[in-house]
This record gives sequence, structure tokens and C-alpha cells, in this order.
Amino acid sequence: MAVGPTHYLVLAAVLFALGAAGVVLRRNAIIVLMSIELMLNAVNLTFLTFSRFPLVVRRPADLGPMMMQGHAAVFFVIAVAAAEAAVGLAIVIAVFRSRGSVNVDEFDSLRN
Amino acid sequence: MLVESVLFWIFAAGVVVAGAQVVFRRNPIHGALALVGCFFFLAGVYVLLAAHLIAILQVMVYAGAVMVLFVFVIMLLNLRDEELGEPRMTAFKGVGLVGVLVAVGLLSFRALGAAYASLPHGRGLDLAGTLIGRDGFGTLKAVGRAIYLHSVLAFEVTSLLLLVAVVGAVVVAKGRI
Repeated sequence: MAVGPTHYLVLAAVLFALGAAGVVLRRNAIIVLMSIELMLNAVNLTFLTFSRFPLVVRRPADLGPMMMQGHAAVFFVIAVAAAEAAVGLAIVIAVFRSRGSVNVDEFDSLRN
Repeated sequence: MLVESVLFWIFAAGVVVAGAQVVFRRNPIHGALALVGCFFFLAGVYVLLAAHLIAILQVMVYAGAVMVLFVFVIMLLNLRDEELGEPRMTAFKGVGLVGVLVAVGLLSFRALGAAYASLPHGRGLDLAGTLIGRDGFGTLKAVGRAIYLHSVLAFEVTSLLLLVAVVGAVVVAKGRI
């Protein structure tokens, strides 16, 4: 059975659901951040799938650099995800220093 | 075509199994290492999608840089068993699992199926297939042209964002400068 765009999109949907389940279910802040990375990667997979299998099929002469816009979007998502991981982990360290825990259920106060 | 199918199923199984380990393992270190494996399998999937540059970036940035940061922080905090919290399995988790499975199934078979109803399986790749050989689809040159010709403002803003993130991470984590 040939692998088509639907296969890749279903894989992305499963990966996104796993990440969302991790964000909702887990209480360790570090694992919540890792689950967010999973969801970002699912989005990247969707971008690349639609770049590889365009829904609107045009003549190749019309495309040019526009053909790679999906890849450019993934490039930016990766950069933003790296920045998000750095700041998120810094916040986790800061909160651990003041509260002595990384359990998100205990992050219930705006001061101290 | 057969090789692509076999490789896709191997990589997809790896992605899903490793991703599930991330969510369901209790020890964060096990989760982080499973996430590294998940990213490597995803890089394989990206190669199947002819996104060679993104696959390399995935391995270098995610598996290389971001995951080192995660493992570093996990080992820095050095959580003991009692700090991880007691395991709990409630009825809500079962309800949530069933709900997620139903939602993913509905999405997969209704929304995605309708989107590609006009294209038979595997036939949509003719255009892209011809472009791969000719225009360097997914290579550094093609993606670089897309970024520098059409998204140059976003590119510059991204570099600024990375600078702000570096400074912000140091300021937040340091406590007292």
C-alpha cells in the first residue's frame, strides 16, 4: 500500500495528541515542556507534508521559491522552539529555586 | 515506492512509541532520552518527505542542542523519587484517553480523508516528484532562496528573538546578576 499524504498527516495528528495528553496529564513541568516540543514537531510534520504534497497543483513554472515556503516555516518554528525551550527551562529553574518543586500543581501563587 | 512504504512504517512506529515513552515514563531522564529517539525517527520521516535540510536541522538543533539543555536541567535539579510525586491513575485519565482516541480517529478519517478525496493515494506526488530532481526540492539552496527572498523580515526578527531568549534565559535563571 503506497504511502500518501494522509499517512503523514495521521502520524502528525497522533504525535500532536500525544503531546497534548502530556501537557494535560503530567505534573512535572519539565515533561510538560517536552510534550510541547512534541506538539511543535507534529506541526512541523504537517508543514512538510503539505509542502511535499501541495493541495493546489499548479504548473511547475509558477512555483519557484514559493514551493519551499513550508520548509521556511519549519525553519522558523525550530528557531522559536529552541528559544522557547531555553526560556521555559530558565523559568523552571527559577521556580525550583524559590519553591523547591517542579510540580505544576503547586505553582499556584503569584508572589514568593 | 515499496522501500518508501517500509521505511515510513518503521519510522512512524518509532515516532509513536518513543513519543508515548516521553508522556508515560515516570523518570524525566527516560522521557528525555526517548524524546531524542523520537526526534531521530522524525528526521527519518522528514527525509522521506524530501526535506533533507530540515532533517539535518532536526538532528542538530533538536536532538543536539535543545535536548542537551533538557537533560542538563533535569540533572541539575536532580529530583528524588518523592519529589516526582506518587503515581496516580484516576478514572479521568481513562475518560481522557478514550476521548483523545475518538477525537484523533474522527479527525483522521473524516477531515483528512475529505481533503484528499479528489487525489488517489500516492498520485498527488507527480508534480513534487518531478520537481525534486530538477529544482533541488528541500535542499539548502532552495530553502535558503525561500527564506532570503520571501521571508527576510521574519528571518531577522528570528535572530533578534534568539538574542532576547538567550539574555532572558540568563536573567531568569541566574537569580542575582
